[in-house]
Parts: sequence; structure tokens; C-alpha cells
Amino acid sequence: MNHPLLPLSLLFLQMSLLAFGGANSILPELQRQVVDVHHLMTPHTFAALFALAQAAPGPNMMVISLIGWNVAGLSGAILTMVCAVTPSSVLTFLVARAWYRFRDAPWRRAIQRGLLPVTAGLLLSSAALLIKATTLDWSLGLLTAAVTVLLLTTRIHPMLVLGGAAVLGAVGMVG
Amino acid sequence: MASPPSDGIRASNNRPTITGLFTGFFMIGVRGFGGVLPWARRTIVEERQWLSAAEFTEVLGLCQFLPGGNIINVSVAVGSRFRGGPGAVAAILGLMLAPVAIVIGLGAIYDQFAEQPVVRRAFASLAAAASAFVLTASLKIAAPLRGRWLAMAIAALTFVAIAVIRLPLPLAMPVLAVASILLLWWFEV
Repeated sequence: MNHPLLPLSLLFLQMSLLAFGGANSILPELQRQVVDVHHLMTPHTFAALFALAQAAPGPNMMVISLIGWNVAGLSGAILTMVCAVTPSSVLTFLVARAWYRFRDAPWRRAIQRGLLPVTAGLLLSSAALLIKATTLDWSLGLLTAAVTVLLLTTRIHPMLVLGGAAVLGAVGMVG
Repeated sequence: MASPPSDGIRASNNRPTITGLFTGFFMIGVRGFGGVLPWARRTIVEERQWLSAAEFTEVLGLCQFLPGGNIINVSVAVGSRFRGGPGAVAAILGLMLAPVAIVIGLGAIYDQFAEQPVVRRAFASLAAAASAFVLTASLKIAAPLRGRWLAMAIAALTFVAIAVIRLPLPLAMPVLAVASILLLWWFEV
């Protein structure tokens, strides 16, 4: 069977249990699989889908249903989301019951401490790959830098930033 | 204005039904533009008072520890705590329904108008800004590593393995995670 939803479903089932820190830490692998291995879309389409997901409300996993939707419509969106959410949710369901017994255990803190640098490296990788895909010219690179400084130094609302960026692009000031 | 109950009944009053879990998490999902967690705290702790602030922090700690979206894990943990498996399913469906519908709607609009230069430029700028969000999040996560050379080296090694060499994550992640946990356990107390 060569339907693209099969490898995509298997990919998300697998990624679900590796997504420490949410969907952003698996973006590099998603991009590698969807763009480089299975050739389902270009890096720019991937970045555009990510931007759409960022503009929608809800969990930061929304890019996953957009990838499924882009490949196979509504059924693709639902199937990829179910595949991405089920394994981690079952794990949470099982662990939540036992959690109180070992919440103060030293090994739990050790695991949490040890995962942090790996998560940081994964998120930095996501950022680098997205920036590479979205910097189509110098003005867009400048926009990314300016937004980063804005987000780091002020408490401006995220939707205001995204809306402002879209308007700047629409009127032709960047891009 | 209803006066708040002043005795021990209060806790059981706030035990949500299956429908309550669905609607509560639906409101969290639909209002969460640009970040869901503040809304989750507000709905669960302040508005519906299912959990105390301390309990919520405890649940969130567990959910950040496990793989998967933090808020999705919160919905599973809270739903199952009050209503078992059906509660978890109701909470997660409530959370996901509106955002999935909205994001697919946005995708359809994008597809329809992607050829128009104005829309294309707007989305190029939106995408550039969206990558800045990920960069900001990664810098904030990485900030506590500053000055800890071993942790910084592990983060850098992860970056090289994933972003530069582009190793498959299912291969690289378990090795990096186990190595990181053991190294920090031994050398950084």
C-alpha cells in the first residue's frame, strides 16, 4: 500500500512518545520525514503550515493536523491528530495514577534535569530549520530578528505580533 | 450572585461531570490564541475551581515531564482524575475540537488564496514571525543552562545531531536523553 497516510500515521504514532516539550521539539524530524524522505511538500509549504498553526488557538500541536490535512484532506487531519495524541495520552493516563507515589523521588528529578538540555537543543534545531525556510529575503530575516527581540523584552500579546507581521507583509513592507 | 458554599461540600460540588469536562476544556481550546496554559489555569483553578492552584501546578509538573503537548496531557490527567477514562476522552475531545476545526478552516482559506501576491506576502511575513516564536521559546528554555558547561555541551550536541547532521529523532533522542540524564547525574549535583 502506497497511500501517503500510512507512513504519516506511523510517523506520528512514533513521534507522540518522543515529543518532550510538545510538538515544537519534533518539528525537525517532521520536516525531515515529510519534506526530505517522503517528498509530500516543500520546506516553504511546511513553514507556511507551521505559521498557520501558530495563528490558530489551541495546543501547539495544531501543525500536525495541518500536515495531515495538506496530504489527505479532512480524514488526513483527523487521522494524524489521533495518531499523534493517543500514545502520549495513554501514557499520561497510566502515569497520572502512580504519580503521587514517586513525585519526590530523586530519580524523577534526575530525569527532568537530564531532559532539559536535550529539549533545549531540539527547540533550537526547530528554530534554526524554520528560520532557514522562512528567510526568503533579508527583510523577512530582519522581521524574525525584530519579533524575537520584541518577544524577549516586552509582554506584548502574541496575536498582536502575528497580526502586525501579516499586515506588514500584505502592504509590501517586508517579503 | 450566588454566595459561595462555606463548608466541606464545596470540594464535591466542584467535581466536574463528563459534560462539564468537555465544555470546560472546549473553552480553554477556543480561547487559547497565542498560548493555552494561562487559560487552562484560569478555567480550572479560578472559574470552575476543579483544582486548587497548588494541585494545578502539581498536574502541570507531571504533564511537562511526559512527552506530548502539555495542555493535552493536562486534559487527560484532569479528566481521568475526576471521571476516569470517559472523563479523559471528553476533556481531550473538548480541547481539540475547536482548534482543529479553526486550523483546517485557515488552511482552506490559505489554499484558496495562496496564489494572490498580497496573501502570499502576508503568509511569508506570518511564517517569519512564527519562527521567531520558536526561537524565543528555545532561548527561554535554554536560559537556565547558562554557565553549566556540561548541560550547554549536551544542548549543542543535540543541535548538531538534529539540525546539522539531521539524524533521525527516534535514533538520536533516546541516546541523547539517556546520556544527558546519566552525565548530569554523575557530574553535576
